[in-house]
Amino acid sequence: MISDAESRAYFSQRSRLKWWEGLPWALSVAAFFVLPDYMAFGTQVLITIIFALSLDLVVGFAGVVTLGHAAYFGVGAYTAGMVSAHLGWTEPISALLLAGLVAAIVGFMSGAVLLRYHGLTLLMLTLATAICLQEFANVNEDVTGGFDGLTGVSFAPLLGLFEYDLWGHTYYWYSMVVLFLVFVVVRIIVNSPFGMSLIGIRENTARMHAIGTPVYRRLVSVYGVSAGIAGLAGGLFAESNAYVTLDVLSFSRSGTILIILILGGVGRLYGAFAGAVVYLVLEDELAKMSPEFWEFGVGLLLVLTVMFARGGLLGIFDRLRKVFSRATP
Amino acid sequence: MSDPVLQAVGLCKNFGALEVAHNIDFTLKRGARHALIGPNGAGKTTFINLITGVLMPSSGQIILNGQDITGLGQAERSRRGIARTFQINQLFRGLTVLENVVLAIAERQGIASSMFRPLSSYSEVTDEAMELLSNFDLNEDALRRIDELPYGRQRLVEIVIALGQRPSVLLLDEPAAGIPSSESQHILDAASALSSDITVLIIEHDMEIVFSIADYITVLVSGAVLTEGEPEAIAADERVRAVYLGEVDRG
Repeated sequence: MISDAESRAYFSQRSRLKWWEGLPWALSVAAFFVLPDYMAFGTQVLITIIFALSLDLVVGFAGVVTLGHAAYFGVGAYTAGMVSAHLGWTEPISALLLAGLVAAIVGFMSGAVLLRYHGLTLLMLTLATAICLQEFANVNEDVTGGFDGLTGVSFAPLLGLFEYDLWGHTYYWYSMVVLFLVFVVVRIIVNSPFGMSLIGIRENTARMHAIGTPVYRRLVSVYGVSAGIAGLAGGLFAESNAYVTLDVLSFSRSGTILIILILGGVGRLYGAFAGAVVYLVLEDELAKMSPEFWEFGVGLLLVLTVMFARGGLLGIFDRLRKVFSRATP
Repeated sequence: MSDPVLQAVGLCKNFGALEVAHNIDFTLKRGARHALIGPNGAGKTTFINLITGVLMPSSGQIILNGQDITGLGQAERSRRGIARTFQINQLFRGLTVLENVVLAIAERQGIASSMFRPLSSYSEVTDEAMELLSNFDLNEDALRRIDELPYGRQRLVEIVIALGQRPSVLLLDEPAAGIPSSESQHILDAASALSSDITVLIIEHDMEIVFSIADYITVLVSGAVLTEGEPEAIAADERVRAVYLGEVDRG
């Protein structure tokens, strides 16, 4: 007999903080002291995690696959870059918030159109949206810098205290704080009734319609939130690199972030962490070993993951845990 | 007790030249146990899809509690009290039984769009889900994944989800489909135990179930109403025997 208390505990159990959830943060802090020379790289990893987390909301939880998420990353990057380059707005935190806001608005608006479609049509439309935006940025080179990239981007010291440094120390901490805040928000969302209904949409959209869920509205909501978070990642990218090129909107960026998420594991939040770290470190190391063939190694890893580790790298831990819990009854 | 809760007036649906619903006039009385029968391809599920808003009619009206709901979408009709189950299970396969039911209840209670409080803080949702599950003897299975349950139990959850919507009209699309007849008794019990506040329209092939539950029967053939009436009258009707009961004998 399962009591009411047990059934209530089931949901609180699911949203309760686990001991291992401190691990990624401890590792991020430790990385600063162990590998201080790699902090510029570390900053890019943190930014990629934020971007992957935003994608996880849409792909992993709501089950909507997109090949155009760089659109919102790019909008965020250009927003932060352009207010600095053209308006002389160099206060980094407000520029970052603006980047997130603009990307969220673009996300809500484009989502309102895109999410009327499903399946392959939707997939193609997300792809096309990002390509159109990239071409739009290319054509308007007087404001975006076009193919040569946006120059003249610079930001004031953080909080008026911490100067931008070539080693990326300031931006590493800055990015980690942003990642932490984003993570807290995303974690709250996925454990809310709203998050549960996203999972319901992923598991069976037809039934969600039948039980009275305004599926379209809910998808547009999560798409907008996700776009805003992608915009924050893009804004951080512009600020930490002090330049923006068309590459922020590229198809390869949309594709790579999806690969990273699948590699780490979709719909589990920490997949974004595992995927980003493993992918970027591997890319970095393989590129050093073999500048021409590094992509082969990355491709091979992805093939192996998809074939043998469904659920991504984190899925492996799940399976190990199951094996152990069976071994020790 | 006899006022109409749901009505279809002159309902037609065409897919190009194919007419799947032809001028259907249909009245569901409050508190009824109404069965919709007919041979395969008669358009029974199409009719349910028209009532629930999965399909939009080519012409005609659907009226719920005196209000025209023809233009409303699926979700809106569901919020107004029409719930359905599916001939082939439409469950949330990767989730637990409890979560399956909680989704429907959270939606009905209007909390499903809330983003910033954990689901676990809404104990009224889980409590209601557990109560419903207990009513159907599914309490033990609440924390199991739905796809680990035997198919017959899954069919029960299919109904419990719909009940989580607290419907005034419940449409059961072949609730016993796919279950060995030895087990269909459970579904039968569940359907007969439903509160009389709920008006039930049941599509069913199993004649035993139909005659044990229904107090009124509509016979649908080729997308049109052939006849309707009390079970005894339907059982005695020669035309019904010819098109429908005859087919069962052959099949």
